Amino acid sequence: MGVPLNPFVIMVAAALTSNMVLSNFLGMCSFIAVSKDIKTANGLGMAVTFVLTLTSVLNYLVYYYILVPLELVYLRYIVFIIVIAAFVQFLEMLIDRFSPSLYMNLGIFLPLITVNCAILGGVLFMIIRDYNLMQSLFFGFGSGAGWWLAIVALSTMRMRLREKDIPPQLVGPGLTMIIIGIMALAFLGFSGMVPVQ
Amino acid sequence: MQILITALVLGGISAVLAAIISVADAVLNNYGDVKLTVNGSKSYTVKGGSTLLTTLAGEKIFVPSACGGKGSCGLCKVKVLSDIGPILPTELPYLTTKEKSENVRLSCQVKVKGDISIEIPEGLFNIREYASTVSTIKDLTHDIKEVFFSFDDDINFRAGQYVQLIVPPYGEIKESTMRAYSMSSQPSIKNGVELLIRLVPNGIVTTYVHKYLKEKDEVRLLGPFGDFFLRNTDADIIFIAGGSGMAPIKSIILDMKEKGIKRNAYYFFGARSKKDLFYLDLMREIEKEVPNFHFIPALSSPLPEDNWQGEFGLITDVVDRYLTEQGEIEREGYLCGSPGMINACITVLGKHKIPENRIYFDKFG
Repeated sequence: MGVPLNPFVIMVAAALTSNMVLSNFLGMCSFIAVSKDIKTANGLGMAVTFVLTLTSVLNYLVYYYILVPLELVYLRYIVFIIVIAAFVQFLEMLIDRFSPSLYMNLGIFLPLITVNCAILGGVLFMIIRDYNLMQSLFFGFGSGAGWWLAIVALSTMRMRLREKDIPPQLVGPGLTMIIIGIMALAFLGFSGMVPVQ
Repeated sequence: MQILITALVLGGISAVLAAIISVADAVLNNYGDVKLTVNGSKSYTVKGGSTLLTTLAGEKIFVPSACGGKGSCGLCKVKVLSDIGPILPTELPYLTTKEKSENVRLSCQVKVKGDISIEIPEGLFNIREYASTVSTIKDLTHDIKEVFFSFDDDINFRAGQYVQLIVPPYGEIKESTMRAYSMSSQPSIKNGVELLIRLVPNGIVTTYVHKYLKEKDEVRLLGPFGDFFLRNTDADIIFIAGGSGMAPIKSIILDMKEKGIKRNAYYFFGARSKKDLFYLDLMREIEKEVPNFHFIPALSSPLPEDNWQGEFGLITDVVDRYLTEQGEIEREGYLCGSPGMINACITVLGKHKIPENRIYFDKFG
């Protein structure tokens, strides 16, 4: 266990070179659905980053301290999902109580995140790539931040295009898919910047 | 052995998480007793943590809600005087700019977390639950039933208002469900209300009424609600409604007849073919007794065997034709129907110079 890699490098790699949504195409559904305007995109991005960072750590502990010693690694998918769902539920109550203003911003997006595949994807990458605890923390945050960056970028483009004269056949998902494709190509430019996946 | 460990671990993890959540729920969602002040005068001590709508219902104050607190009808608006934080994204679509500046909120979305002071129309204190017995059920058309619910107490309402019908759990439906229906009886009948209920495919309440409800059954009603009623002016009245949208209009017309209101009134009733028409005889009778009332049924696609001699075409086209013939007169519009029909009618009435603030409607979604 433990690749000799600087956690900070992993974070940058997760955010840019192997961006969760633009290189791995995870979390596409909410990426397309919630990117209509920047305010909601920002809220969801923040929530994803927050949850991804904390569930990475939480699932790391569950995986290496419960599942591995008991040889129950094959249960990981279901256990991860349960942990994520319970954690989101808990987080929602906590935020609702202690920071109503943050709850206003994240509120309706938190439950959505339970079924966001970017979260589960992040956790599984962490296991597959044998990250240690510190690396997992930075990886989780980096992946989330990358997702956040991508959705905010997409939403600003969509908002600008709203005023433009677009062929009717392309309005909506069609144009969005094209934008995402071009964004993915642009992000390809980052590859080689950091020599890890 | 392996299976046992698997089950134990999975069960254990779930149990621990469930326990954490229940503890968190009990600790975090416990806001203790809070003070609820209504209209500055009445105050109640209530338990915090639930929505304003449920809390008010617990104190027997029934704020209208057609969707039952799901945040999809926008009827449960309440003016909040205390500071309870910014408007939620789920409320935004239902509030106008004016309402936002006055801090009007959807009571089903707002949680009671501390002392709170609100303002509601005095009329809401009039709203209560009626335990009713079904006295008659009649088939008006192939998909509309006329049901009379009678009760011992008196109900006071204005013609055009509605009640919520509460249907108990049945079959696959595990929760009691509420839907809004306009009274089709006139306010002078006080010991019960008559509702027109059209069968909506897969509708929870309408299916219950059409397939399960029998005479002598006991059903609960909540009401009266609504601000759809005849305004006190001298303008000509244009009623437009089709299908079960007839209900509030019938109530208003019968009320006009009883009160001897002699304003010019035109009722345009749209239907597809003859099998969707009902109350023709009743309307003709009222036409004879109320000299300035005119009933104009129109069919959009009459069948050959209908042998239809009356107005033909979409109801909006028929209204357009009539209003063009009559020229420009001061008018008011009263509409009842689906959102699509209402919007189409507002466009047509707007064309004939009836301003939007003189068009009143009852939209059912």
